[in-house]
Amino acid sequence: MEMTRREMLVKSGKFILLTSAAAAAWDYVLAGKAEAAPNYDMTKHWWAMVIDPEKCIGCGNCVRACETENDVPEGYFRTWIERYHVDDWDMEHPQVDSPNGGHDGFPEKYHDGGKTFFVPKMCNHCADSPCTQVCPVGATFITPDGVVLIDPKYCLGCRYCIQACPYGCRFFNPKTNTADKCTLCYHRITQGLTTACCEACPTQARVLADLKNPKDPIHAFLRTHSVQVLKPQMATHAKVFYKNLDGSVR
Amino acid sequence: MKDFLRSIEHLLRVVLLLALGVIGFLVVRRMVIPAEFGKYGHFRPAALDEIRAHPVKFAGRQACEACHSDQADVKSKGKHANLGCEACHGALARHAEDPGSLVPKLPDTAVLCARCHEANQAKPKSFPQVKTAEHSSGLACNTCHKPHDPRIGG
Amino acid sequence: MGTLLHGVEGYMYPNEVELQWSVLIVLYPYITGLVAGAFILASLERVFKVEAVKPTYRLALLVALAFLLVAPLPLQLHLGHPERSFEMYLTPHRSSAMAMFGFVYLWYLMIVLLMEIWLDYRKNIVEWAETGTGLKRWIYRILTLGSRNVSAAALRVDDRVGYFITLIGVPSAFLLHGYVGFIFGSIKANPWWSTPLMPVVFIFSAMVSGIAAVLLLYMLTSKLRRTPIDMRCVDTIGRYLLYTFVIDFSLEMLDLVHRLYEADESLRALDFMVHTRLFFSQVILQIFIGTLLPIALLGLTQIVKLSEGARKAIYVAAGSVTMISIFAMRWNVVIGGQLFSKSFLGYTSYKMAFATREGLLPAIILVLLPFLILYVLVKLLPPWPKREAAV
Repeated sequence: MEMTRREMLVKSGKFILLTSAAAAAWDYVLAGKAEAAPNYDMTKHWWAMVIDPEKCIGCGNCVRACETENDVPEGYFRTWIERYHVDDWDMEHPQVDSPNGGHDGFPEKYHDGGKTFFVPKMCNHCADSPCTQVCPVGATFITPDGVVLIDPKYCLGCRYCIQACPYGCRFFNPKTNTADKCTLCYHRITQGLTTACCEACPTQARVLADLKNPKDPIHAFLRTHSVQVLKPQMATHAKVFYKNLDGSVR
Repeated sequence: MKDFLRSIEHLLRVVLLLALGVIGFLVVRRMVIPAEFGKYGHFRPAALDEIRAHPVKFAGRQACEACHSDQADVKSKGKHANLGCEACHGALARHAEDPGSLVPKLPDTAVLCARCHEANQAKPKSFPQVKTAEHSSGLACNTCHKPHDPRIGG
Repeated sequence: MGTLLHGVEGYMYPNEVELQWSVLIVLYPYITGLVAGAFILASLERVFKVEAVKPTYRLALLVALAFLLVAPLPLQLHLGHPERSFEMYLTPHRSSAMAMFGFVYLWYLMIVLLMEIWLDYRKNIVEWAETGTGLKRWIYRILTLGSRNVSAAALRVDDRVGYFITLIGVPSAFLLHGYVGFIFGSIKANPWWSTPLMPVVFIFSAMVSGIAAVLLLYMLTSKLRRTPIDMRCVDTIGRYLLYTFVIDFSLEMLDLVHRLYEADESLRALDFMVHTRLFFSQVILQIFIGTLLPIALLGLTQIVKLSEGARKAIYVAAGSVTMISIFAMRWNVVIGGQLFSKSFLGYTSYKMAFATREGLLPAIILVLLPFLILYVLVKLLPPWPKREAAV
């Protein structure tokens, strides 16, 4: 059963187009962009991430791994974990905390047996990202393989992009005096490794995915699960997909 | 016509100045604009290579398992089969590149295990959790559980 | 611990705790607003033939120029890499409202303001180039661009071109400041900013502040020069100040009522913010003291027949609180838009430093700098007839 589905998928690329993010990917294919590095073809990938909050145990491994891998300055976060506590009588106003971004885990805080869960957050690498839209000089951009990056040698430090991100994923790096955020470990994924956060996550709560790879299990996953992105009303074509996300998460 | 030209002579000077300014700007712009700007979109293509040049700190489990296949075998049979090695052992790309340059220290299981398995209301119910203070009456975790295959007697 | 230090209440996304845009970014729309407003007042005389405001025409242009020269400085000071700001001209990103800044600014400075001033002063500049002495003479000589062409025909052409420039200057002034409003109004991530009314509100508040500034400066300079204040002029300006203020206030109230009635997901957070962290600067300073009070005072001059002295006092009082009000408005937009979390679950606070790059001290200097420039400009290009010899 699984095999036949996969074969069908390989045959018909249209199935991929079912997701909006992948649809945007084809625009880049049609545009015929060339490759940047000899051993990596940017036109053959369209990166995304799948996050399963039901697997997240709030250990903080991802936050620490990101800090180590990317030299993230203390007090700022390229990825972080939030703890939600939702009362059944006021679902629109959950209690949320993220002590030091979840870097050091979460000391027990609730004992009432109510609905409490972790939500890992990171840059959504939106296909229609408001942050790249507002950059006045082209110092932040989306790559042909679907990663939103910052050029630290070109950024003015005007911080307009930080204001424009609906998810709070960007910060002003006091060491470089430029905007900063998750690169989806571009230096790793372009040489066949997964991101540092995925590498360090003990429960596979987050998994890197390539929407242009027909063999990537993400296609089956997106078709067979209830999937949500953060703040869908922002229409950013976010590419971090959350499985069974609670409605109170914003 | 000549009279008219004379009466706007000073304005022609302004136009000339502005034109010189615009031309000067276009010439300077052409000289200082980054190479191949806009090749893949509105950005500096060299930025891609610069970002890719960032050093890798986590080697990835394939790199670990290339040498430590014995440990990988043990781990693959247990509950921790899906864990990346560096989830517990930390970033070890330097060790993977040149094993002698950095010899990793074994993590302290008392800290390590609790990080994931300390009971917390926010953790998924199906995830194995214990109140460490009550669970082992002070014994180290690895007295009973071997981290690579944590089932008792494993 | 860190969040306590930063005055956070509720939940902020961890990267949101720190404010990105400081008091300098409050100053920027304030200053460009004064430019646009002063220019529009000047164009009243030229385009709309409001003869009564003629005594302020040249002064208004010089005020606009003085503030326009300072307008980019708070931005430069705020940038993480000021040395890279020229990139806005090299590779302007077409989808970015901010990328337009450099071009709109240059257009407005070079084509509109400098040209209009130059054409208006040209006859005097040529005169001064001949009669002047020392350094001033050289400055005037350069300003003539080597042309002493002040024949009647040439001056007629100047007048026509000047009129045409004022004509395109009015929409340019709207563009200059409307786009500043668009920078905020187009950020869909921020409900405090995201409204199509933002550019319109910015334009009208700009006119309010610019008119008030020229009114005050005209009265002040008249006092300093010991010349009588032209009451017909200040009465007319006072009336226009009232009209624009009423429109401005109506637009802002429309925005408020709309927000309250729609009551979308952000309302609870924004409402709480206005009632706590912004209560003083928004409700007390901007609305009550800064808007209702001057509207009432100016309205009084329209309803009751008051003595000259009383009217002058009212104009000074109304003009002064107006300047504070519009500053408070910019503050509430820029700072207010960063005090709440985009999760709508918490609030942070802004603590202004003093003698740092983005602190209070540079802000004060940047507010005073245009007046210094204006002083030099007035010395160089006296905006009033006759008595320039005495200056």
